[in-house]
Amino acid sequence: MEEKDVLERLRERFPAEIKEITRSLGDEAAVIDKAALLPIVTFLKQKPEDYAMLLDLTCVDYRGEKPRFEMVYHLFSLTGRARLRIKVRLDENDLWIASLTPLWKNAHWLEREVYDLFGVHFEGHPDLRRIFMWEGFEGHPLRKDYPLRRSQPLIRLKD
Amino acid sequence: MGVTEKHMSRDKKKRPPAGQFITTQFNSLLGWARKFSLFHYPFVTACCGMEYMSAACAHFDIDRFGAGWTRFSPRQSDMLLVVGTITHKEAPVLRTVYEQMTEPKWVVAFGTCAVSGGIYDNYAVVQGIDRIIPVDIYIPGCPPRPETVLDGLLKLQEKIQHQDQDWRWKKRTY
Repeated sequence: MEEKDVLERLRERFPAEIKEITRSLGDEAAVIDKAALLPIVTFLKQKPEDYAMLLDLTCVDYRGEKPRFEMVYHLFSLTGRARLRIKVRLDENDLWIASLTPLWKNAHWLEREVYDLFGVHFEGHPDLRRIFMWEGFEGHPLRKDYPLRRSQPLIRLKD
Repeated sequence: MGVTEKHMSRDKKKRPPAGQFITTQFNSLLGWARKFSLFHYPFVTACCGMEYMSAACAHFDIDRFGAGWTRFSPRQSDMLLVVGTITHKEAPVLRTVYEQMTEPKWVVAFGTCAVSGGIYDNYAVVQGIDRIIPVDIYIPGCPPRPETVLDGLLKLQEKIQHQDQDWRWKKRTY
């Protein structure tokens, strides 16, 4: 018999929290419950699974769908040479999610980026403020309802 | 005896021979001097910088046209090369750099992003640096070939030659 892959092991361990798993051409992804994010990534980071590296952390705006936002975490295992994506759907009215800064240092700036461009708040982040846009910038420019050509110049522009 | 002295003094009053002085207008003299001594300040923000380096180095060599002297202080330079995308966050910096340059000064918009914002028609990018500072020459291309840069430089020199030259300090309004 073949060995169980990481998604099946994850489902055995967290049967209620895993909502959906997908595999496509070696791409493995799991959609999980928001409250279970920290326990699941802690489990994945630790030794048997050893997804020790947070490659990226970003957000998608599915405007029109019911849980509007989706956080995407890209994990990489150096020993297993495998990638794994963890997705969490977030409702527009409750844009709070646990911060991954206690587990990975690089989540600090990545979460500031997501906060800046999408307006997602991170619980437990040490210094949550804008990283690209300047102070006083209104709105979150990567949201789909941000006007396409709206600019907020810092100095008066000649026209 | 008196006759000889008279002749000698007449010979000493020689006329200057032809061809040892030139006549020109002060304006075109200044234009000629300024167009061949462009000290440039590269304000490099994006990938166009690679083409700027290529144009500035020995292979294409803008030094042939008198613009080889790169100054990394705006106070010492005449030609501001805005090379790359200018975001709204960076716009105050660019205007400060322009204001720090001493007269006479010229601005070159290098590449499509500096000319018009390019493909970045979005929340972050200034749609052309001529909305912040006055621009003399627009060099198109994404990024422009070094030949295009040299062509733009020649066009700027032609413009300088035909400009009214201010030799006193004058504050320009923009």
